[in-house]
Amino acid sequence: MAKFKRGADSLLAGWGGTGATRAEVVHPLSEMGIAEILKQRPERGVIARGLGRAYGDAALNSGGIVLDATALSGVRNLDEENGVVTVAAGTSLEDLMRWLLPAGWFVPVTPGTRVVTVGGAIASDIHGKNHHADGTFGNHVLSMTLIDGTGTTRHLSPADTPKEFWATTGGMGLTGVITEATFRLIPVETSFMRVDTERASNLDDLMARMSDRDDEYRYSVAWIDCLATGKSMGRGILDRGEHALLSDLPANKRRNPLAFSSHAVVTAPPIFPSGLVNRWTVRAFNELWFRKTRSDHQGAIHSIGQFFHPLDLVTDWNRLYGSRGFVQYQFCVPFGAERAVQTAVERLSLSGAASFLAVLKRFGPANPGPLSFPQPGWTLALDIPVGDPGLSGLLDGLDDLVLDNGGSVYLAKDGRVRRGHLEGMYPRLNEWRETVATMNPDGVIQSDLARRLGL
Amino acid sequence: MKDSLGGVQTVLVLGGGSEIGLATARRLVADRTRTVILAGRDTEALRSGADELRRLGATRVEVMQFDALNRDSHQSFIDECWSTVGDIDLVLFAFGVLGDQDVAEHDSKEALRIIDSNFTGAVSLLIGSAERLKAQGHGSIVVLSSVAGERSRRSNFVYGASKAGLDAFSQGLGDSLIGTGVHVLIVRPGFVHTKMTEGLDAAPLSTTPEAVAEAIFDGIAKGREIVWVPAALRGVMSGLRHVPRPLFRRLPI
Repeated sequence: MAKFKRGADSLLAGWGGTGATRAEVVHPLSEMGIAEILKQRPERGVIARGLGRAYGDAALNSGGIVLDATALSGVRNLDEENGVVTVAAGTSLEDLMRWLLPAGWFVPVTPGTRVVTVGGAIASDIHGKNHHADGTFGNHVLSMTLIDGTGTTRHLSPADTPKEFWATTGGMGLTGVITEATFRLIPVETSFMRVDTERASNLDDLMARMSDRDDEYRYSVAWIDCLATGKSMGRGILDRGEHALLSDLPANKRRNPLAFSSHAVVTAPPIFPSGLVNRWTVRAFNELWFRKTRSDHQGAIHSIGQFFHPLDLVTDWNRLYGSRGFVQYQFCVPFGAERAVQTAVERLSLSGAASFLAVLKRFGPANPGPLSFPQPGWTLALDIPVGDPGLSGLLDGLDDLVLDNGGSVYLAKDGRVRRGHLEGMYPRLNEWRETVATMNPDGVIQSDLARRLGL
Repeated sequence: MKDSLGGVQTVLVLGGGSEIGLATARRLVADRTRTVILAGRDTEALRSGADELRRLGATRVEVMQFDALNRDSHQSFIDECWSTVGDIDLVLFAFGVLGDQDVAEHDSKEALRIIDSNFTGAVSLLIGSAERLKAQGHGSIVVLSSVAGERSRRSNFVYGASKAGLDAFSQGLGDSLIGTGVHVLIVRPGFVHTKMTEGLDAAPLSTTPEAVAEAIFDGIAKGREIVWVPAALRGVMSGLRHVPRPLFRRLPI
């Protein structure tokens, strides 16, 4: 019996919808099937793709094979005593929330969307609003199973195989195909968040507030209006919160404190013209967003979706940007380089590059992953529609700024950083390459990101 | 790999000694292109072009020989290009001859030389490179057509016919490549001031190699299928297309 179904040629793009390339998408029917494909050493290689939320070219493999990693999913073991779960790597965080929240467990880290797989979460070493308190997703992984570039199954853990484990965590899928992971969960009493909201009138004010009291909260994130200029440049809204306790909930919510709905409200149809998201529509949106928070607000009760994943309310929201798509730019710079964040926001604000609310966050300590993105410092992320001819130059300039300040750009969001900038941004790149050479010696694991950056 | 804003890393310029070919390579290198193959017949022009591109920041420039008329050599030439630099993001078809219209009208050798350089030779290389690009699953082909191919003119119809054939073939090729990750951009310049057109009377709306290069750069970034240089020619030509022939052949163009 065939262990995998040969795939159809498909044009694939990242979540930003730019630069589609053609690949053969294969749905493996088992771990054996994955090993078999890798052992055949297809000429232009193989990359695993989960739910396709990487914005750029991380999960593309032009002319080669793209493995549909969502084909293998489900919980394989739940240790309720210790709060440890083992899942197939194609399982989405959304499914985990649906299955585990009713039992009082939450994922250790969730990004701004729950529509990502566990394998993707590890490969991109994702972070969330609790990075300053809890680190990245990889920090909570106890062990994982990986099929490396030779088709050999490996069991990786931070204690027994630290090099391989940490090369894989944040390794953009280039050490092999992650098939299973075991990680810690967070116990929760309710599926609600208790949220404090503050308005900051400009970037200085915002960063001061964050530096001041972030440590009192497990979750913290700020939304910046990048189109505001003058005295209110960098104005923003700061949301900080905790998992709500049962006693925090109003009586009507206590009846079903662990309720969780993953339903999106609408699906965006593929009819939006490029150019709909422009500096005027975005300015109007940002103004409304800023004004809806009239004043500081303490102890509001939000659902998980409201607090963590507002964009998941609209399925395929990336279609709002039209056929030309958009890019996401996310960088981090160390503490002490606050001036670089200021300069970046200034340049964006002056260029009028239309960005819906940019996200600003303080990172906590880094983990041992050589390509793991978060470093202690500040991170700013923003979405910009493709179309303005000045965009490429603007972002190239920001790359230089970030590099000069000892920072880096997040590869899971990237589709355009120049090759020459990479080693400066990731000084441990060669150490990572040495480990990868032992796990993927013939270069069978391959992606468009790896080709572009010469990884 | 091209990046998500259409930035090109590696380009193969066929007609690397031509002014439009070189101007386009310079424009690409000024952005982020670091690997260039300049291919053509005139090695002197290719070598000095290569030196210039290196000075501008290209880290790898290869000079290669090819002859559009020697069709038997095309496949091995294409193979060599790819085996030298690996994936190629952009293949620029910038070679061609204007020929001698007066000679070509009574000497079929000259007429066929023009057709074989600009059309049949290009078709041979278009198919060869399209196959390579399809296999790698990404890339762009840019074809230098001409307004001369849009409507045949008394004064240069042999050249015009060769460009008309090339343009029609490239349109169909572009459609056939939908879904393969390969994109074809057809560029239709008007009169371009170059050594090829030296001594000729410039037509209205004439342009420069740099302007053509800029239009190509912009067209790739935007994923366009046809660009006119200057852009106003699109409207002009769509009018001229409908001018009755007795009138058209009397027009001073």
